Order: sequence, then structure tokens, then C-alpha cells
Amino acid sequence: MAKQPKDPKDEAKQDAEAPEEGAEPRREGRLSRLRFSKKKDMPGGLWLKCESCSEVIFRKELEEKGRVCPSCGFHFTVPGRERIAMLIDEGTWEELHTDLTAIDRLGFVDSSPYADKIERAMKRTGQSEALLCGSGRILGREVVVAILDFGFMGGSMGEVVGEKIALAAETAARDGKPLIIFTSSGGARMHEGILSLMQMAKTCAALDTLNQSGGFSICVMTHPTTGGVTASFASVTDLILAEPGALIGFAGPRVIATTLKQELPPGFQRAEFLLEKGMLDAIVARSEMRETLAKLIDYAQGPPSEVVPTPPRAERDVPATH
Amino acid sequence: MGLSSAFSSPILVPRTREGLQIVAKGNKKKKTAGLQGSTGGMAFERPIEEIEAQIAELESLSLSTRLDISGEIEALKARLRETIDRTYTELSAWERVTVARHPKRPVAADYVAGICDDFFELHGDRAFGDDQAMMTGFATIEGRRILLVAHRKGRTTKERLECNFGCAHPEGYRKALRKMRLAEKFGLPIVCMINTPGAYPGIGAEERGQAMAIAENILAMFSIRVPIVAIVIGEGGSGGALGIGVGDRVLMMEHAYYSVISPEGCAAILWKDGERSPDAAEALRLTSKDLLGLGVVDEIVTEPLGGAHRAPSVAMAEVKRVLLRHLDELATFPVDTLLARRHEKYRRISHIEGRFPASPLSKREGDSGEDGPPGGPRRSAPGAESDSTLTSQLESAEGNPG
Repeated sequence: MAKQPKDPKDEAKQDAEAPEEGAEPRREGRLSRLRFSKKKDMPGGLWLKCESCSEVIFRKELEEKGRVCPSCGFHFTVPGRERIAMLIDEGTWEELHTDLTAIDRLGFVDSSPYADKIERAMKRTGQSEALLCGSGRILGREVVVAILDFGFMGGSMGEVVGEKIALAAETAARDGKPLIIFTSSGGARMHEGILSLMQMAKTCAALDTLNQSGGFSICVMTHPTTGGVTASFASVTDLILAEPGALIGFAGPRVIATTLKQELPPGFQRAEFLLEKGMLDAIVARSEMRETLAKLIDYAQGPPSEVVPTPPRAERDVPATH
Repeated sequence: MGLSSAFSSPILVPRTREGLQIVAKGNKKKKTAGLQGSTGGMAFERPIEEIEAQIAELESLSLSTRLDISGEIEALKARLRETIDRTYTELSAWERVTVARHPKRPVAADYVAGICDDFFELHGDRAFGDDQAMMTGFATIEGRRILLVAHRKGRTTKERLECNFGCAHPEGYRKALRKMRLAEKFGLPIVCMINTPGAYPGIGAEERGQAMAIAENILAMFSIRVPIVAIVIGEGGSGGALGIGVGDRVLMMEHAYYSVISPEGCAAILWKDGERSPDAAEALRLTSKDLLGLGVVDEIVTEPLGGAHRAPSVAMAEVKRVLLRHLDELATFPVDTLLARRHEKYRRISHIEGRFPASPLSKREGDSGEDGPPGGPRRSAPGAESDSTLTSQLESAEGNPG
């Protein structure tokens, strides 16, 4: 069990001196200890606490390591843009449908109007919606990619996210390219009411089109993937991968704990748990994601007849976690 | 809705002398408790229940004393009609949710007894178990053979517990899919009756892949080659509803609700206050009228005045009538047309013209007239081009049943 740091700076110093590279995360212990604390991240702060092992980490170090905890190997949620930079060969990314924005069709108001929330999220993230989609190459293989960004209203799926997933699937079908989806989402966007629920059907319809066209799809579930996203397009791709330690489920752990009035078993709803229960094809560490995706694409579609040479990317110092 | 039909209600039909006495006694002893019990906690039904109690008392009085007070009774009945009419036309979204959850509202088992000539239940998912919250089986309605898939809520407390109050587990969704495949094989149309607060949130459900089971069903229902009619008969709770809710026609009963999240859940998350459920219900736009307006449901099935719980047999007869009309209509389409339309319906659901770009698939078709995407056939391509194809297919289907 990780000791509770008394002084954040001392703790971080220790980490900087002796990072536990390649350490196997102790699933039963550390990952299960995830707290439902709202203050797990301090935006703009120099330090932050690991969601899994509670170590205090130097933010810059975490970012340099591809947002993988240097202490326990926990894979933090990655902003969409950063994911593209990690994944796609430099200079090959062409983003699609950046002009699609949400509209408040229900006139939904809770603490503030939904329209204001959209505006704030757009300002904060510099993105038009929670889903980034486009085409590019992964180690020379042409792909269509859709990435859910948890930073935009919790990666929730409303009409625009659903439409963009559908458009991405149809683009992949048209061009005969594999569709690669990265998810991190709290589920359907409540502010769009029943329209957000219908996106579950819409995205599945489009993935059905892709399937019928003989297309190939992979979903990589990252921390966290829950609710209507898990229960629709994310779970119907040809292959389902997950990042280590990712929280994946239908109902959120808090909902289940409240409903059952009991503590949840250790490691519940973690990627490793889902793998054990037969719900995932594989868990892939972030450091091996590009190579793994390229390999899987080659298995499904044959190796690229003409691999376009790409400049080697700076090797990231990411501890392997499985 | 017609007044006459509403008044074939069991509450208002002439009662036997014995029955009346029981009612009257109960009312005298524990008036308030009796009222609460019968309204299922619906405060807005109090005035209605009070008038009903008065009528019952007067009727019992007239029987025991042989006095002619039929004039007064008739006047009260008129007032009752008026009160029910007024109450039910002005229901708030939250009140409608409580009507949808009314303990006396007809549930799947009632429909089986009320509208099916025959029902043979088929159990189990042949993998894990037999989820009581999902009922599947062959059924006959007016000579038409169908496969019925329905959430089961149960009527008694014991039954309700057995089927988790209509919250299905993954094995329930897998059982539904297995039976739907069977229907596909035999060419039987599928009727799905939706009535669930949501899919079960629990450890076992997560372990066995609740999300995956629902997702698989949604995907599969796009390629099942028989007509599917879904009807929300009570609660349409989120993914748990959609897991058997993709259809060529989606119908909704007047006082049912269909929502992405329960009003309680929404209030807890967004308002951080479970007490704000009525506000959440209003904001979510979950009533049948809202959903028809948004183009999410195709038709509202009118309920008798005062809700289906007031006159179950009338409500069920109307459901039967509307279901048969849709089943007969869908039977005239060739299967490929049916699937293309089903696909198109959801791909463009609640679409605002010009808001989203045309599908890349339809664009290519329009631009160059080339064949479909590499690797195989394409089913439906939204957009102007496919619309016209669809229309011509539909036209040719008109005189070409089956």
C-alpha cells in the first residue's frame, strides 16, 4: 500500500529521483483504491495526485510520460489533441467536421442554461465538440480516427458526437480505411434528453453500415468509459481494446454502490476486471498503442503495400504496464 | 378520446351489492389511507378519488335505503368526468412519470392475458440464466403469429422482486436477442413492449457485460430481417429501454415516458438534489407529446380518460388495434426496403434539414455514380439520392406485399 504523502514536495522529489519504471501496478491494491474525489486534479497546478495510487506527481513529468503515472503506471485521461499527437504520424492529420456544434433543442436549464454550458466548454477547450474526428496515418497505415475528449462536458454524447461517429464510420466505409475510436466519456449527454439516447441507435446504425461494407473497426476504451457510450458504438467494433486501469462500465460505480448499499469488490469495472470477465480483446499500454494498432490493422487488412516512411517519433519514457 | 369509452372503467361499472358494501365500509373506516393506497401516491388524483368515494357512498346509500338519489349520483358522475378530464389534460411531466409507474397500470402479463389469443413463453439465454425481468415467447394476436419481447415488472410484491422491478440483466438482453433471431428464422414479426426504469445497475450485471449486451442488441436489431414494432407501455428507462427498442415503428402510450435518464437520476446529478425530480422531468422533455414532436416516436396510443390504470381493458384494446395496424402495414414491405428504412430512420432521427453534412456514402453515389464502398454491399445511404431510391422501392412495394 502506498504511504500517504505528508509533504507533497518531498514525495514528488522522491519520485523524481527513483521513478518506478516498468513497475507492475498492483491491481487489487492500488487501482481499486480509486476515490471519488472531486479534487483529483488541480487545473493549472504544478502538482497533482494520482487517481490510483495517490502519489503526488509533478505535472510536467506526467505530461512528458504520456500522462502515465510514474509511480503506479496508471493511465490518466488524455486530452483529445494530445492523443492525436501521440497516435498519428506527424503531418498526416486531417480533421473533419470541425464546424458542427451542439444546439440546445430542449431549452434545457439546470443550474445554468445548456447553451451557456456549451459555450463555456468550447471556450475552455478550444474545440467545437467533445468528439474529434479525421483521417491520418498510424505508422504509415491510413486510418479514420474518432476521439472522445473527456475535457469537453465529460466526453458526453449528444447529437453532434453521435453524428460525427456516424460520419466517421461512413467515411471509413467509403474509403475502405479502418476506423479507430478512442473513448473517454461519462455517457449520454443528459442536456439533450431523448435525443442523446437516440445517438446510441444512430451510431450503431452507422457501424452496422461499416460492418456490411466489410470495414474494420477498433475501439480503444480509455479512462473512463461508461454509460451510453459503452452501451453503444464502443462495444460493437470488431476489436475492443482498453488502456490499463481504465474504468469501464455501464452504470457508474457510485450509482451501483448507492443502489446496492455495499462496497464494490477490488478492481471492479477496471480494464483488468473486464479482461478477466471476457469483455475485452486485449489491454494495451499507451506506450505500445501505435505499434499494436498498426499490427492489428495489418492482421485484418494485410500489411500496407507501400508503407510511407515517417520520421521516427521521439521515444517516450513510458513504463510498460502489462 | 371518447368519454364513453373511458366509462367502461371498472371503477364506474355497476357493482354488486356486496362489492359496494365492502367499498363503503373501507371508506368509512380509513378514508385517507384508502385514498393514498389507490392513487399510488399520486397527489393530483386526490380530488378524483374523493368524488369516486362520494359516488360509492351515495350508491350504497341508495341501495340500502331504496331512496331515489340517482339525480345526485349522475351529477357527481358528471363532475367526476370533468375533474378527470381537467386533471389529465393538465398533467405535468412529473405527474405523467408517476402515472407511467402507477402500480395498477397494465404490465406485460396483462397484455398477454388481455390481447393475445395464445402465448407460449420461451425461457433462457442458453448461456447464463433466465432473467425474469425479460419475458419472451411466441404469441398470437387476432390470428397473426408474432414473437413478443417484453420487460416484465410483475404485479405482486413477490413478482416485482423476482424481476427486479423490470430492470433486466445482460442475460435478459441476450435472451431477447436469441429469441429475436428465432423470429427472424421463422419470419415472425417482433413486438417489443418496453416498461423498465432502466437496465439493472449491479455487480453481476457489470461482470456479465451489461453495456455490451445492450450494444449488441441495438446493433443486431438493425439487421433482423422481420418487422419490429416497439411500444413504450410504461417506463422507457434509457439504455435499458433501447436494448429492445430499435424498431420499424416506435409507439408510445399517452402517459408513458421515455428518457435518457430517470428524472431522479438527472436531478441527483445535475441539480445535486433528488427533490428536484419534477424539474428534471420537465427539462428532459420525456412525455409522449414531446417525443412525437421530436420525431423519436411514430405514434401515440391514446389512453382512456384518466390513464390506463383506470380502464386497463380499454387501454389494451387500443394498443391491440394500433399494433395490428402497424404489423399489417409493415407486412407489405419487402424485407430489404424494411431494413433500409429502419436504418435510415435512426441514422436521420430527429434530423434538422441542413444541420449536418450529407453522408459520405451518399455524396459519392451522387457525385460519380460509382459502386458502393470496397469490400461489399452497402445497405442504406442517407441523402437525396438514397431517398429517391427508397421512394421508388417503396412505390414498387405498394402492390407487392411480402
